[in-house]
Amino acid sequence: MTHLLSAADLSPEQAVEVLDTAEQIENSLAGREIKKLPTLRGRTVVNLFYEDSTRTRISFELAAKRLSADVINFSAKGSSVTKGESLKDTALTLQAMGADAVVIRHSASGSPHRLAQWVEGSVVNAGDGTHEHPTQALLDAFTMRKRTGRGPGDDLAGLNVTIVGDVLHSRVARSNVLLLDTLGANVTLVAPPTLLPVGTESWPVKVSYDLDAALPKSDVVMMLRVQRERMNASFFPTEREYSRRYGLDMARVGALGPDAIVMHPGPMNRGMEIASDVADSARSTIVEQVANGVSVRMAVLYLLLGGKA
Amino acid sequence: MTAQTEWLIKGLRPLGNDPVDLHVKDGVIAAIGQDLVLDNDIQTLDATGLVGLPGLVDLHTHLREPGREDAETIETGSRAAALGGYTAVHAMANTDPVADTAGVVEQVWNIGRHVGLVDVIPVGAVTTGLKGERLAELGAMADSAARVRVFSDDGICVGDPGLMRRALEYVKAFDGVIAQHAEDARLTGGAQMNEGVLSGKLGLAGWPSVAEESIIARDCLLAQHVGSRLHVCHVSTAGSVELIRWAKSKGINVTAEVTPHHLLLTEDLAESYDPVYKVNPPLRRGEDVDALREALRDGTIDIIATDHAPHAVEDKECEWAYARPGMVGLEQALSIAIMTLSDGNGAVDWESIARVTSIDPARIGQLTEHGQGLMTGAPASFVLVDPAQSQTVDPARLASKGRNTPYAGLELPGKVVATFLRGTPTVLDGKVTK
Ligand SMILES: [Zn+2]
Repeated sequence: MTHLLSAADLSPEQAVEVLDTAEQIENSLAGREIKKLPTLRGRTVVNLFYEDSTRTRISFELAAKRLSADVINFSAKGSSVTKGESLKDTALTLQAMGADAVVIRHSASGSPHRLAQWVEGSVVNAGDGTHEHPTQALLDAFTMRKRTGRGPGDDLAGLNVTIVGDVLHSRVARSNVLLLDTLGANVTLVAPPTLLPVGTESWPVKVSYDLDAALPKSDVVMMLRVQRERMNASFFPTEREYSRRYGLDMARVGALGPDAIVMHPGPMNRGMEIASDVADSARSTIVEQVANGVSVRMAVLYLLLGGKA
Repeated sequence: MTAQTEWLIKGLRPLGNDPVDLHVKDGVIAAIGQDLVLDNDIQTLDATGLVGLPGLVDLHTHLREPGREDAETIETGSRAAALGGYTAVHAMANTDPVADTAGVVEQVWNIGRHVGLVDVIPVGAVTTGLKGERLAELGAMADSAARVRVFSDDGICVGDPGLMRRALEYVKAFDGVIAQHAEDARLTGGAQMNEGVLSGKLGLAGWPSVAEESIIARDCLLAQHVGSRLHVCHVSTAGSVELIRWAKSKGINVTAEVTPHHLLLTEDLAESYDPVYKVNPPLRRGEDVDALREALRDGTIDIIATDHAPHAVEDKECEWAYARPGMVGLEQALSIAIMTLSDGNGAVDWESIARVTSIDPARIGQLTEHGQGLMTGAPASFVLVDPAQSQTVDPARLASKGRNTPYAGLELPGKVVATFLRGTPTVLDGKVTK
């Protein structure tokens, strides 16, 4: 594998390999005072962020640094449009500087695919428009595997995952659907019909408009962030109606099985898609997801760059 | 004015029929016959094996001048058109300034005349500044030297039904036609490609078929109500075809065009995220392509129009969402007409090709000097095509300034050997004469 542009780039074996590698890395760092491996010494990783996302950028930065790579943060927000420098020009510049990997975050779907046509190094999609966010799906799968008592070599066969909310605009949902299908999980999407993409009937998922019906069968409930501007675009009538029908509160959590977990990619709208007490409860994996994000991104960079060193 | 020349063209096959000789004199076809014998000193062109067609007429070309001469000029666009076999092109109004006054349309018309490779017929804007708020001076443009008969806000739909009704009514005074870019903008906000399974997968906002179909349905009813003439630009869906078929069966005065790319390409190409495939309306599904081809053959869709839309390199070599929609098409349209209107055994329906690329576009645009067929006394504006040759599309070698062709590397059938405009060759041996 040269790039990670889509969760669909990973075969079942490759997906499990990423999770196993993340687990190995985690184990080898456990108990160490200096959380650093020499694996990518001399390699250069560029974080090319056209869109603000402090948490994702820091996660990738930390991952690269813990593998001893040199990290360059290139915040290009708005610059492609305002300064007239195109993505292609930037790509050629990074190429000339000898970047081994470019981690790109961009508001336009498909930008990582374009970039991959112009640079020789590896391209990692760190979120492109409303398209995909494959490392988020990997860290979610890693979290699910750990929390459901699975271990190295295991996939997620038979796990019932319910993804709730704005699937239409969610790159997290798209990548999760693809990866969870690859790993053998059963996915149900729950959303108002306005927030489901056209064509979901051809996706490897079940679709429901009824959260209460889906909860009792769920091992994992993943709540998606709902942006308030969707209300003004009439995707749903009011915030209140949305959180009544699709929000996760403690009463709904009561319908879950005893071991079911609650996930959220963050940042959360507390009180909108998820109630505060749910977010802070023992079922919630939200903080864990952040920590797992670093391990999984280390695994991805290691497999893309380390393996070929 | 260029001096008129006299030509004897030997052995061409008009519309693919039996070979004849053509005597061209004083800008018209002076005689057609077998083995014409004329004075020795006139220029002779051996057209053995070549098919003769009336000069092609494009009802939908973007020439970018005035305003974006870096993307195309009337001259470079005219060269591309002549090489494609065209003798007249309608230049769309979405220039900067917009072609919404007699002054701008006369300027465009004059530059075209000065270049002299094709007749450049300006399309007038329907509304001032393409803003969709009030009618432009349609009558002044019609009365100008450019004699505008086709009006369009192309690129933008005339969305207000009241305004559309008034536009349709108003142009009846001078036999004009409103060419509508059918797109309900409230259904296509942020749209990047055809709405469907693939747009969902690629995370690109979808342009649903119904946004085109609902406007076509509405406009056909408006045209019926006021008894006027409507032309539908770049029809792209099977549903639109059904609506136009219905409207024609009701006697509604509607004509329609399809672009070469909508006859050949499908939305799957968007999977590359290469904006060369980004166009408005977007490439659709295979079922739509099939319906469009059938509609072209049975006359539901009247004509092929290129929607030639050249762009500067930086407007295409970027992220899909930032790229401007559009493709160049003047130099390849005839090849695609040949591909679409051939039967399984390779026999080409040249009569239909003449109808959809010349005769009917000229009729819709009310051009009296074009689309007349190869007849004695008709203007000598025609094209000679070698059906045995093919062209492999090399973007770098296009006459258009636009490099945004979706056909790069494809081998397309047919080659324009010569184009004549009122008796003067604009293309000879496949090269522009000036
Ligand atoms: Zn248009």
